Amino acid sequence: MRDATPRSDLFFFLLFAVAVLTMPLWTAPFGASYPDLLQKFAIFGIFAIGFNILFGLTGYLSFGHAAFLGVGSYTAVWSFKLLSMSPIPAVLFGMLLAGLFAAAIGYVSLRRTGIYFAILTLAFAQMSYNLAYSVLTPITNGETGLQLTAEDPRALDALLGVDHGAGLPTPNLFGIEMIGFPAFYFCAVALIIAFYLAMRIARSPFGTMLRAIHSNQNRLSYTGVNTRPYALTAFVISGMYAGLAGSLLAVTDPLAGAERMQWTASGEVVLMTILGGAGTLLGPVLGAVVIKYFENIFSAFNNATLHATFDFLPGWLADPFVGLLSLFVGDGWHLTLGLLFMIVVIFLPGGMMEGINRTAKAVRRRREARHGASGDQDSKDGSGLSARAYHPGE
Amino acid sequence: MDAFVLQILNGLDKGGAYALIALGLTLIFGTLGVVNFAHGALFMLGAFCAVSLQKLLTLSQQIKDESVTFFDAYKEVPYLEIWFGDTGSMIIDYAVPLSILLAIPVMLLIGLVMERGLIQYFYKRTHAEQILVTFGLAIVLQEIVKSVFGANPVPTPAPEIVAGSADIGAMFGLGAGVVYPWWRLIYLVFSLIVIAIVFAFLQFTTFGMVVRAGMADRETVGLLGINIQRRFTIVFGIAAIVAGLAGVMYTPILPPDYHIGMEFLVLSFVVVVVGGMGSLPGAVTAGFLLGILQSFASMTEVKDLIPGIDQIIIYLVAVVILLVRPRGLLGRKGVMEG
Repeated sequence: MRDATPRSDLFFFLLFAVAVLTMPLWTAPFGASYPDLLQKFAIFGIFAIGFNILFGLTGYLSFGHAAFLGVGSYTAVWSFKLLSMSPIPAVLFGMLLAGLFAAAIGYVSLRRTGIYFAILTLAFAQMSYNLAYSVLTPITNGETGLQLTAEDPRALDALLGVDHGAGLPTPNLFGIEMIGFPAFYFCAVALIIAFYLAMRIARSPFGTMLRAIHSNQNRLSYTGVNTRPYALTAFVISGMYAGLAGSLLAVTDPLAGAERMQWTASGEVVLMTILGGAGTLLGPVLGAVVIKYFENIFSAFNNATLHATFDFLPGWLADPFVGLLSLFVGDGWHLTLGLLFMIVVIFLPGGMMEGINRTAKAVRRRREARHGASGDQDSKDGSGLSARAYHPGE
Repeated sequence: MDAFVLQILNGLDKGGAYALIALGLTLIFGTLGVVNFAHGALFMLGAFCAVSLQKLLTLSQQIKDESVTFFDAYKEVPYLEIWFGDTGSMIIDYAVPLSILLAIPVMLLIGLVMERGLIQYFYKRTHAEQILVTFGLAIVLQEIVKSVFGANPVPTPAPEIVAGSADIGAMFGLGAGVVYPWWRLIYLVFSLIVIAIVFAFLQFTTFGMVVRAGMADRETVGLLGINIQRRFTIVFGIAAIVAGLAGVMYTPILPPDYHIGMEFLVLSFVVVVVGGMGSLPGAVTAGFLLGILQSFASMTEVKDLIPGIDQIIIYLVAVVILLVRPRGLLGRKGVMEG
């Protein structure tokens, strides 16, 4: 928090907004500039930002956040079916229902901390997942997944006399169809708003309270503060972020399946947050972008493309090399993901943001050393403690 | 009444698997203080020990099928049958029980390598970080198995002699026609034996005594000049063996695929929590208890009464236990009650 002033925050936020909005331009050299992928960047960025409000600030590790994502998706699709093809009610209802859901689960789960909290949230998420597959089939359409049909009532659209013509309608915002780049910009605006809110939360007294819960909940209780309402609020907010992400997934592709609620999906958002840097503002977005990018790149590779890439190697070398690499790409992408997960937790618990901060600090120190001993005190204080603290950077 | 007994039996074999995995989990937690999310992967690796032995034994050669005369037909004949005749086919038939012999050293090795290579660096880190790193490890192990054995379940049948069902109705004087698969009975007995061995080992050997002392107060035991760390590492290996054996023997009940462990892991964690973190008898009791509960919940009568209860019963129990009695059924007072 040391150098965060309102002005630097505003600058930082504007920079972020510009970076997000110009994403189609600067991702082009990486081969990532197509709308489907960009949408995923934005959506999972929102998911991870929301998760970070809970995990990064309060330290409560939830292993069930995918449930809220799933609830958001289902609600959004139902809103498309019953009300209107406009994404706005879909997103609003998705967030609302996910928030309610989070309030109920959080109210129970937050009675425990640490690993028990993780298991409670995991248990609730698994319950939702199992139910979505079995008893709740009338609502979730089971394994097939919830889809739009031409016969859906769409009461609001019918009332306003919006005609979708024959065939399946696509979600549209006042006539703009939510596919391709328009859909990306819709998600991008949501991401920017989500980022702004997260920033305001982190800077607010409420955010300070959340960090206090992280550093020492007992001491906070001894001073007479009831921490549970704060933690619950954080839980609900982060559930609503997940609901937003889920409904945006449905906006870009009006289909909801239960596999979105599986606990491996919860694990993925944990990984995004950790990889980027838990407790930082930018980290979770970075983590989400990196993971979705590599997921996309890596799973697209197959043996044929690998062989083509390593064509220049002599045959006896190329075959085993390609064989080894093919373990990590294509279907084996999860192996890479698992390894990445381990490496980050082992070597860089503060995530990419810690890496960036460390590098920046090292560069600064070197520069100071060159300029003389004036900055000595500064660098001493920066080296040991703050690098190990859990809130690096912003 | 018959249906009642049958449901209890149905629950017991699954309960046996839960109990074995939960036993290892809680043993690791009690000794090393580490939450091991990769324990389900150890179960899975055990199951694939059986698969690999079966594959190894049935390595085959193509031989011309003489009984077909119209065209050239070939049939696969395992080498073992060619070399040893009937003895060979019997060995193949007993692949699953035989893999126990393979699984013990393999799982011990995997456990020791895992503990020395990874877990030991995470004693002092937070539980969240332990969960995350072992979760990552579980994914890695799963994916390796998937790339070797493919994504589909591999059927590994039980020996033919126990392939049928036992007429337990006749045995225990219940109604006629109460039958129960032999292998599930074997699994139940097997899991009880393994549990008994683990408990006896901890209770009646010097090694076990030191381990129990270490679980109670690690520092003092260390001050007595005992290398408690090395013993805990071995305990980790033992936990890995137990999970592996649970996996080996489970293969005829459920053909293993690469994510079989994950399903068991989540449930076993719930079992550990219900039984009480760090309590060995608690883990075993809760394992069998939840297995039985689950099997009762899947009875049609119950399902008609409360739809979907079979899917969530275990989690529901866990939630209630955590809220009402956070130390679990048999947990010690003050252990992880947060």
